[in-house]
Amino acid sequence: MSSIEFRKDLFADERDDNLNEIGKPTIRQDILGHVTGRSPFYDDHLFDGLLHMRCVRSPHHHARIRSIDFSAAQRMPGVVRIVEAKDVPHNLNTLLSLLNFGRDDEPLIAPKKVAYIGEPVLAIIAETERQARDAIAAVRVDWEVLPHVLDVVEALKPGAPSVNEVYPNNTFDYGPYDHQKLRFGDVERAFQEADHIVEGEYQMSPIEQAPMETAGAIAAPETNDRYVCYTSTQALFFSLGTTAKLMNMASSRLHFVGGTVGGGFGGKVDSIVEPMSVLGAMLTGRPVKFMWDREEEMQVGAPRGAERWRIKDGIARDGRIIARSFTGFFDAGAYIRLSSYAVQKGVGHLPGPYSIPNVAANVFMVFTNRTPATAMRGFGITGVDFAIECHMDKGAETVGMDPIEFRILNAYRDGDMKAHRRTAKNTALIESCQVAASKAGWRIAPDYAQMSSLVGGGVGDRAAIPETVTDRIGLIGERRRAEMPTEPYAGSSERGRVPAGTANEAIGAAAPQREDMQIDLARMGIRKPSAQPQPPQQQPHYQPASPVPPRPIPSATPPSAAASFTPAPPRSPAPPQQPAEPAASQPTPPQSQPASQPAGQPQPYQPERPFQRGVTRPGVSRFISGTRRR
Amino acid sequence: MAKKPISFTHNGRETAVFAESGSNLLDMLRRVVGDLSPKYGCGQGTCGSCTVLIDGEPHLSCLTLAETVEGRNVETTGGLQRGPDLHPLQKAFMEGFSAQCGYCTPGMLMAAKALLDRNPRPTREEVIEAISGNLCRCTGYEPIVDAIMAASGQVSGRVA
Repeated sequence: MSSIEFRKDLFADERDDNLNEIGKPTIRQDILGHVTGRSPFYDDHLFDGLLHMRCVRSPHHHARIRSIDFSAAQRMPGVVRIVEAKDVPHNLNTLLSLLNFGRDDEPLIAPKKVAYIGEPVLAIIAETERQARDAIAAVRVDWEVLPHVLDVVEALKPGAPSVNEVYPNNTFDYGPYDHQKLRFGDVERAFQEADHIVEGEYQMSPIEQAPMETAGAIAAPETNDRYVCYTSTQALFFSLGTTAKLMNMASSRLHFVGGTVGGGFGGKVDSIVEPMSVLGAMLTGRPVKFMWDREEEMQVGAPRGAERWRIKDGIARDGRIIARSFTGFFDAGAYIRLSSYAVQKGVGHLPGPYSIPNVAANVFMVFTNRTPATAMRGFGITGVDFAIECHMDKGAETVGMDPIEFRILNAYRDGDMKAHRRTAKNTALIESCQVAASKAGWRIAPDYAQMSSLVGGGVGDRAAIPETVTDRIGLIGERRRAEMPTEPYAGSSERGRVPAGTANEAIGAAAPQREDMQIDLARMGIRKPSAQPQPPQQQPHYQPASPVPPRPIPSATPPSAAASFTPAPPRSPAPPQQPAEPAASQPTPPQSQPASQPAGQPQPYQPERPFQRGVTRPGVSRFISGTRRR
Repeated sequence: MAKKPISFTHNGRETAVFAESGSNLLDMLRRVVGDLSPKYGCGQGTCGSCTVLIDGEPHLSCLTLAETVEGRNVETTGGLQRGPDLHPLQKAFMEGFSAQCGYCTPGMLMAAKALLDRNPRPTREEVIEAISGNLCRCTGYEPIVDAIMAASGQVSGRVA
């Protein structure tokens, strides 16, 4: 029915032409259930004596809970159980803790303080949904309203209220910094050489996924001391692991059934409804449904986070972009969820599909008193691409070029070195521009219509990592003590340099947080390289080109005179593909983490036994924790 | 809460149930009758996932009081199939890739059936009008319209 046009003239030698399925109509294996109304969505599982769970939610952006009076609710007809924060066995989690990424920062039911409108503070389980709603309405909460912050730039100012007590500076920690850095070449020098400077600021709004089926789950005790959970989740094992952690039980006691999702688009990975329903089944011994209604789906269902981007381009007279710097603010809302990862993903994408020799970025994951943000279709990329493409049009206008020709001129090509220090492969921006122009009847100059992604890339400087300017500005906590600019560069005297060609060096990489969560190569069936493999180059990794005066740092970290960048700590394991670098060649002592966590915070979750990653028997699975064994 | 007896025709079969006074038709069909084909999407009459036919007319069951179907004829997607044979609309939806997550599909099918029963050869504009009360967040509207045109025996493709 639909028409797909195959452009077999493009990149014909890069693929086989024996496509069996693509381009041919096929019937989905699940569609019979869809058209007969028999597909088993989570709410289509019937249980005798099903109970309904609903939440008391915060009407304030930011408030402390003085007390909760549920005595009237308790006496109402049909009410089976009041669920308080203290009923949650382990009431602190962050979604990405299963990936060892970020400190636990979010309770399932808020015990002391709420940080966004709609945050749950109490749950009630009743015989019918209406009785649960009536009981919820009878709960009285005594709130102490706190000042709130809803704007990402306001949240970085020294006087801004702390949204999340686990991250009191309102920013996620990327290694020792309060932002994710990207440094490639020297943007400052290139800006001085550029003929045009083009600046712009771009803001997008949060976007609700709005699936047709609202998120929810039904949990029930099984006959074998397990709990079955029918759920709308998009990430079944994510939800299972999160539930096991919050309920402080072995995941083998959880039987999760999912896979039929009434639309997700990213909004059903947050694993909130599953632990709530399992908790209800644990506390009542009966089947419990926890389902968001449409209002909750829109209000507390996590949206795609809003992003604000400032972009500055240095453009030569002939249209080449020679420098591009970014300052990005990713609005995470009140808790991390997946935003910390979205920022890293977005920074890996910079500067977009273009070959630009000098790139710098400072990207902040900012906590605000908004609904926490989460995944949605290409999150971390979509917002910044919107900004980049708007900015490309602005750049084309400034130099007086056709916008499509301007993109083709600056497009990356096969073999070009990208700012994240990987070589570009299978690039197709030039061809996409050419086809789009011809489809739209947009005329481009003949020489631009002749260009190819396969020609001209990877030659000379295009293939190389340039000498790179680094800095240590923006250590955690610094920003709140003194009002600091967020821009990527602030004064040449404080900068160090990494010589050209330092591929595969993690510059300012985040330190692993817990030893026991590192990949044990032996357990995964990967033989460690015997003794000391001779590395290709034996010289020290990098030496400062000139002695850089160490920046006076107010934190407890002793200034390291050896280098003004932060090398990856030696205990960081090398990726399995590459032989481990001998740690002895690191000239610097291990970086000590700056003291950023004030005392008196909730301790991170420490299970009795260390988390066991992957399977213990080599050879059981081809895929272990996302690493393909070779 | 008092329960009320309600007798009606459900997909061609005489049915009598006790439903809570004031409950809506969607809850009664799903929880009491056990017909799970109408879906809850919004509970506010905006999304159309819960569309059923009452005496041949499309109605939003989430906004319909259960008691009002007393003595009337209620049809849902669960009753479209005749024995092993799918309804032409169901066949057209299958072949036309007209469902992604499948959550809006039962409502779409009922809205389409109401149209085709009344007007067996609708124009494309009339099809679009007929499903304008049904949301599809996977945004597969074009294949859905194509499938309804195909089920009406008309060559699929854009008329306008």
